[in-house]
Amino acid sequence: MANSTLQTSAPKKRSLRFNTDQRALILFFIILGLFLLIWELGVQAKLFLPIMPSASQTLKDFWFWISDPFFDYGPNDKGIGLLLMTSLRRVAIGFLIGSAIAVPLGILLGLSPVAAKAFDPFIQILRPVSPLAWLPLGLALMKDSEKTALFVIAISSIWPTLANTKFGVSNVDPSYLNVARTLGASRWRTIRKVILPAAAPSIVSGLRISFGIAWLVIVAAEILLSGGIGYFVWNEWNNLKISSIITAILIIGLTGLVLDRLFGLLQSWVSFGQRS
Amino acid sequence: MRSNSNTLSPTMETTAAHLSIQHVSKVYPGRQTLMDKALKRTSSDFTAIADIDLEIEPNTFVSIIGPSGCGKSTLLNIIAGLSRPSTGSIVLNGQPISGPGPDRGVIFQNYALMPWMTVAENIRFAIETVYPKMPLADQNNIVHEYIGLVGLRGAERKHPHELSGGMKQRVGIARALAINPQILLMDEPFGALDALTRGFLQDEIERIWEQDRKTVILITHSIEEALLLSDKIVMMTRGPAARIAQVLDVPFPRPRKREQLDQYPGYHELKAAMEEHLSFETRAVEQARVKASA
Repeated sequence: MANSTLQTSAPKKRSLRFNTDQRALILFFIILGLFLLIWELGVQAKLFLPIMPSASQTLKDFWFWISDPFFDYGPNDKGIGLLLMTSLRRVAIGFLIGSAIAVPLGILLGLSPVAAKAFDPFIQILRPVSPLAWLPLGLALMKDSEKTALFVIAISSIWPTLANTKFGVSNVDPSYLNVARTLGASRWRTIRKVILPAAAPSIVSGLRISFGIAWLVIVAAEILLSGGIGYFVWNEWNNLKISSIITAILIIGLTGLVLDRLFGLLQSWVSFGQRS
Repeated sequence: MRSNSNTLSPTMETTAAHLSIQHVSKVYPGRQTLMDKALKRTSSDFTAIADIDLEIEPNTFVSIIGPSGCGKSTLLNIIAGLSRPSTGSIVLNGQPISGPGPDRGVIFQNYALMPWMTVAENIRFAIETVYPKMPLADQNNIVHEYIGLVGLRGAERKHPHELSGGMKQRVGIARALAINPQILLMDEPFGALDALTRGFLQDEIERIWEQDRKTVILITHSIEEALLLSDKIVMMTRGPAARIAQVLDVPFPRPRKREQLDQYPGYHELKAAMEEHLSFETRAVEQARVKASA
């Protein structure tokens, strides 16, 4: 039958080639190899400052850091795992403070057009401010470097959550609201059972962006502090240990990736096939 | 005369609902303020429906049919209480209605199921909203009963995105019926379904209606659907300022069978009358549109 010949011939053709994922993986390794090669050759040809380590030296140092992540030889000599824990704790606290402000405020702004218009100038002006600009103000307000770091992380992570929560709450599908109205649901019940679940995908996508920003800000915020991966970057720069800084960059990037994926899972968990 | 299956709660007794639509019209105001005039963006008022009068007897199935854009949905939204009439009033059992309420169950064209709730949770949400003090066990019994009524046993724990369009609308029907409304309002409930599923659900509606004979108002585009289900068919003129052109009685005996529909006396005359009216109105609508765009 024509059908069966089609079916037998198609896999045969396919088995000769790699599929899209496999080809992308091969290309990934080619790019990575070229990058490391240029780096290695560049160092040997003395294109960069002498403090720039070679790729092979960096890989060795990277392995040193990740093979024993939890040693503790005093405040300036800790394993990368302990540093990461300190940073994660600060980011989590700052992010929670920011979210505890942004989510309820976003719900309020989404429900009340008057409040939304009144708050809009503040939000529009404060949102584009660089997190670094908040550092001196935070220090003046908080009088304490630990609290300042939390303040900067919190205030930088407010905006995406606030904007997305407001958008999600004010753009609930009107047919869901009509269902609640025809059933005679109270305002409070409509908010709790209809508006918030309907806005949940938007809120979580706001939290996801906010967490990304909080993680981005940690390096800058920890320059003021001791301990943590941002402090490590600053400290190793003072030691002129570039390979440690590259290690820190990779660890920061990988941690950010993992956390972003976790938020992605949360997002699909609240979405139920809705577009978010 | 009727034995209601809902004997779970004294609040669930059905009463025969008489609905009276009195001089209802709906005008959407145009832009007429000084600001609009200064910006040269004025528009005139738009009258969607004008002076609709209709008496709907208890336990009748009424279809409203008319050319597209004639304000059928506007009228249904006013009856549902989602939109206020510009003039006139809707009187249910002698009481003028002032807003939406659970005495009228609405089945929406786009199903309007909450995507984050399962089939059972969607139905329970309606019951819990309308009867907040009912014990949970009773609520679950009603959910179970109506899931069975619409033939969705086994799909209780599914979320709407896992269901076909026809299954979604069956949940919509169960949700509307589960609160035991006096009147059921359906706004083109099968409009988004393919022809076979639509036919199947029409048969389901006919079967379910035979059990309970609630007053139903159905908005539809389909002549066959109206003839299969209705006791009365209200034909509307084209908009703007749409009004009732004619009310047809459909005297076919019940229960009706789709296959035997065209054998009932008077079927072909009714169908011809409706086709003539609708094609005349639709032609006029299209011509007006051509002129407006020229």
